[in-house]
Formats: sequence, structure tokens, C-alpha cells
Amino acid sequence: MDRQTQDWLLRLMGVGLALLLSALILLALGVSPLEAVVLLFHGALGTPGDLAAVLTAWVPVLLCSAGLLLTYSSGLWNIGIEGQIVMGAVFTTGMLRLVQDLLPPPLALVLGALAGLVGGTLWAVLAGLLRLYGNVSEIFGGLGLNFVAGSLVVYLVTGPWSRPGTGTTSGTIPFPPSLWLPAFPGFAVSPVELALALVALVLVGIALRGTHFGLRLKAIGKNLRSAFLLGVPVNRYLLAAFALCGALAGLAGWILVVGASARHNLFPLISSGYGFLAILVVLLANLNALWVLPISFFFAAISMGSLELVYERQLDSAVGSAIQGLLVLSVLLTQGLQRRLLEKRAGREKARPPTEEEPAAD
Amino acid sequence: MDLTIFLASVLAAAPPVLFAVLGETITEKAGVINLSLDGTILLTAMAGFAVALHTGSVVPGILAAMLVGALVAGIVALASLTLRLPQVATGFVLTLLTRDLAYVLGNPYVRVPGPQVPHTPVPLLAEWPVVGKILFDQDPLVYLSLVAIVLVWVFMFKTRPGLMLQGLGEQPAAAYARGAEVVRMRYLYTLLGGALVGLGGAAFSLLVAPGWARQKFEGIGWIALAIVIFGNWHPLRAALGAYLFVALQTLATTLQSAMPDVPTQVFPTLPFPLMILTLLLVTVSGADWMNRLLARLPPGLRRVLSRTIQMLQTVPPAGLGKVPRRE
Repeated sequence: MDRQTQDWLLRLMGVGLALLLSALILLALGVSPLEAVVLLFHGALGTPGDLAAVLTAWVPVLLCSAGLLLTYSSGLWNIGIEGQIVMGAVFTTGMLRLVQDLLPPPLALVLGALAGLVGGTLWAVLAGLLRLYGNVSEIFGGLGLNFVAGSLVVYLVTGPWSRPGTGTTSGTIPFPPSLWLPAFPGFAVSPVELALALVALVLVGIALRGTHFGLRLKAIGKNLRSAFLLGVPVNRYLLAAFALCGALAGLAGWILVVGASARHNLFPLISSGYGFLAILVVLLANLNALWVLPISFFFAAISMGSLELVYERQLDSAVGSAIQGLLVLSVLLTQGLQRRLLEKRAGREKARPPTEEEPAAD
Repeated sequence: MDLTIFLASVLAAAPPVLFAVLGETITEKAGVINLSLDGTILLTAMAGFAVALHTGSVVPGILAAMLVGALVAGIVALASLTLRLPQVATGFVLTLLTRDLAYVLGNPYVRVPGPQVPHTPVPLLAEWPVVGKILFDQDPLVYLSLVAIVLVWVFMFKTRPGLMLQGLGEQPAAAYARGAEVVRMRYLYTLLGGALVGLGGAAFSLLVAPGWARQKFEGIGWIALAIVIFGNWHPLRAALGAYLFVALQTLATTLQSAMPDVPTQVFPTLPFPLMILTLLLVTVSGADWMNRLLARLPPGLRRVLSRTIQMLQTVPPAGLGKVPRRE
């Protein structure tokens, strides 16, 4: 068997493994896997409305993935992205509440977007400062800040921003349709959302490929110490990566409030796990901006399609993300296997020094 | 509140966090990070409860939870040690995956009443005033958690394999040169650590907060991971951290009812800013701005402060997260 066939077989094996495990889980829950596939597909692409829902989920995932390409390529694990989305939504809501009666809607929307950018950036920079000047791993800093942002929303929604007379967690008063992004006629997705997400991804892709900034970020990600010794202002670059990623996440938060098919208000769990989903997307895409496009669409389709499965078969709503997780884990494991086999082949040709050490973190 | 009752309730509520922290300490001491704790605790809590419910007994439930914990840890070990994938990547994916699996597979068990670990005072000793009430008027998992702290400490510092374990995390290449089977031992300690985390999960669903429901134990795994850092990878300091955390949690519950004006969302969130601040405190020395700040203080205060900070500083095992290459 030649190398390419073997590589493709391994890749297929990864996906096959994920499908097999998913099927086993569905069987354990008493759902026929074939029926589940039909429901999933139908839920995702059955009607134009379903497709609109998939695209609506795709946009925030794309924006976050674009941001995460920057942090991930500089070696950072921006797990705080969920909180950054939430803070984007919080700042957007705050700004819109402030200006909705004073300014014309388009201007209010733009100010809302700027506020969202600021909110996401602030939260990301906070995690960045903790990491760079306090030695607190961005994983813990970001995660802690996620919980803080989540509780802030619950506080706002039940306290100062609650609907008059009620203190429920269902969210703030929805904004009027004048503050919704305009949708395509007859298709509840806004061209503005789609355009912003695609432009963000293209810009990040170009930045990583052909600019000084991107190359330096990647150099830091490959070897922070050498980059520092070669005179790259490491801290400034890492903070910039955090800030840009936070800004894009904040923009996603803005879209989750004002988007054509959004709920048009602030509510707990508004980030819907899109940030974590984007982490999985970027892991699978392996830093390739082009691959982000189909993978994030596929994942958005699973997320939305699985809702039909959940509804029809009374399953827990986590079933979609469980399938996504199985897929990513299987692919990662087979990728590792592939690389090991490759090394073995190379090793047979040329023996390696015995105890060379390498950090496992990429 | 009566101090005796307070201490007894802290001890009673500590086993889940304590087992998880001890397990992860062992795993990381061997050089492997099992980042999946937050999900693993959920999945093992669910599995333990489900098996206990079906068998009608807590012992099979506890064993099943430990098995599941070891299984997840096995994937971490396979990915990291055999396939040499970045530990954070697989760990994070597993965090999400185990959480989702817990919710999906645990759906039929939500809010179903089930068996619990029974309260078992030790005869005679429980009658002992104060100390007996705190230590011996508890249930088996609490006694086991106390024994586990001592056992882990003795193993790590007083036995030969324990000293080898420290070498695995500090200088894997040297341990290998001395004849330790590095990869096999790392596998072993990762599995063992995972089983202890599973025991922690079972202690949640069968003892501290009996039953299974969505989002019941979410977030606690991250706290446990942070406590391992606070504990400086030392079982006693880690155990102290776990008890401190549980004590604060118990206090917060009391405060919450005493302070009705403070919004109720504040209290469940408190652990997380506290986690960040604590990590900051134990990792901050060496930062330039800290030294500059200290230099401005009067000498007496400076000495006290810098000594306190030095004492609190933590240093991870040198080989943590690294996989030695060997052909």
C-alpha cells in the first residue's frame, strides 16, 4: 500500500470511528442511527428556514474561529472566548438601551457593534494581562472569566435590566425590529452578518499567510523563547492576538443580539457554546483558514440539525455537541497515529538520537 | 455557627474535590496533564449514579465511576504518551465530550431518586466529644478520603516507587536513563489519577449531592485543577487547598441566607474570581511589576510581604506536559 492510500484510509478510519461511536450511543438511547441521520439532515437542510438557522449559527462560529486562528497560531488557548462573546452581547445591549431612543437605528446599530467590539476586547485583554503579567495560564484565567461573565448576565437580566414587573431569567425586553439587521427577502439571514464573518476570516487568513504580523505570531507559537531572543516584542504580539480575538468574539456577541434571526435581547447562555465549538473547528482545521469554512458550516449544520433529533426523540440537547466532540477526538487520534507511522517510516531510514526531548504542546 | 458542626460539615462535603485533587496531583506529578477533569467528574458522577441505581447498591456504582475515570484518563495517556498529541488539545476536547456524554446518556436518570452512601458513625469513637463528632461521625467515603491523603503522602515521599514518580515528572530523561520504564509508569499513574477523579465524581452523585441533574456539578473540575496548582503538586498542601475551598463554599452558603440583599448569583460565581486571584497570588513572584511594587514599600513590610509571596509560590514539575522521545 502506498503512502497516500494509507493516509486516506486513516482519515476515513477517524471519521468511521466517530460514526461508529455515535451510532452506539444512539442505540443505547433507543434511537436507530439511520433514522437519526435522516432527522439530522432534515433538521439542518429540510426547509429554507432550517438552512437560515444553520447560517445563523454559522456566522458566530466563523467569527470566533477567525479570532481563534490568531490566538491558536501564537500558541494561546483562548478558552475565555465564551465569556468574550457574552461581554460583547452585554456591551451591545447596554449601548442599544442607552441610544435606541436618541439616535436613528443604523447609527445605534453601529454604536452597538463598536460597544460589542470593546466588550469582547476588554474581556480578552484581561485574560491576556493575567497571563502575561501574572503568570496565570490563559486557560484558567479565561475559564474563570467565562463564569463571571455568565453570572453578570444573570444579574443584569434579573436585576437592573429586568423586564418591568418580572424577575425571570428569560432575558431583557427584545429590541424593536428597527434594531434588527436587515434580512434577505424571505430568508431570515442578514447579508451583513454573512459578509462580516467571511471578511473577518479572509482578513485573518491573509494576515497569517502573508504579513509580518502573522508570521511573527506563528513564530511565537512555534517557539516563544527563540522569537523573544530574535527581538520580537512577544508580549505586545500576544496581547494583540488576545485583543483581536476578543474583538471578533465581541462582534459575534453583537450579532447574537441584533442578527436577523437572533432573539434580539440579552439572555443567560447567549453564547450558546459557539465559542467552544469554534475551538473544535480550529483544532480540526489545524490553522488552515480555508478549512475553517467547510468545517464550521458542517458543525453548525450538526448543531441545528440535531435539534430536530432532540425534539423528535426527547433526547438531551447536548447530543449534537457530543457527536461533534466524538468527531474531533477521533480525527485528532487518527492524525496522531498518522504522524507516528510517518515518523516510524522516517526512523527506519535514519536512526534518531535516543533521548531528545520535545514539548508536547504545539 | 458552632465550630464543631462547621468543621464536620466541611469534612463531609470535601470528598469529591479532595479525591479529584489527589488524583490529578498524582497524574501531573508523573508529567501528564489530564485537563478533562470538569467533564470527567460529570461523566463519572452520572455513571456511578446510574450503575448504583440499576444494581441497587453504591459499591458497584463507585467502582463503575472509577473505571470510567480511568478510561477517560486512558485516552489522555494514549493521545499524549503514545501518539504525542498536545495534552491541552485532547484534554480540552475530552472535557467537552465527557460533559456532553454525561448529559446525553444521563438524560433518563435526571432527578430519579437513588441509593446513597449511608451515614456510618464509628462505634465508640463517634462518642468522643468534639474530635469524635468531627472525624468519626461521618460516612465511609469521608474516612476513605482522610486515609487517601495520608496514603498518597506516604507513597510519594516515603517509598521507592514514589520517589521514582517524582523523577518521572521532574526529569523523565534521567528517570529513563536510570532504568525507569517512563512511558509505562506514566500510563499507570494517569490511569490511577483518573480512577481517583472518578471516585470524586461518585462521591458527588452518591454522597454530597445525591442524584443526577444537568449542570449540577459543572465548574468544579476546573477548580480542582486550580487547587492542584495552588497545592504546588504536594498532596498535603493540595488537600489543604481542597479543604479551604470547601470551607469557603460552606461559609458562602451560610452567608447567602444571612445576606438577602446581595444578589443570589454572586455566591455561586465567587469561586471563580477567587480561583483567578489565588492563582495570581501563587504564580506572581518574579513578575517585574511586582518587584518594582515591593521595592517601593518600607523595608519591614517589604520583607514580610516578599517572604509571604515566596512561601506561596508554586513550581510545576519540570517535565509537566513534555513527552520524552525514544526510539
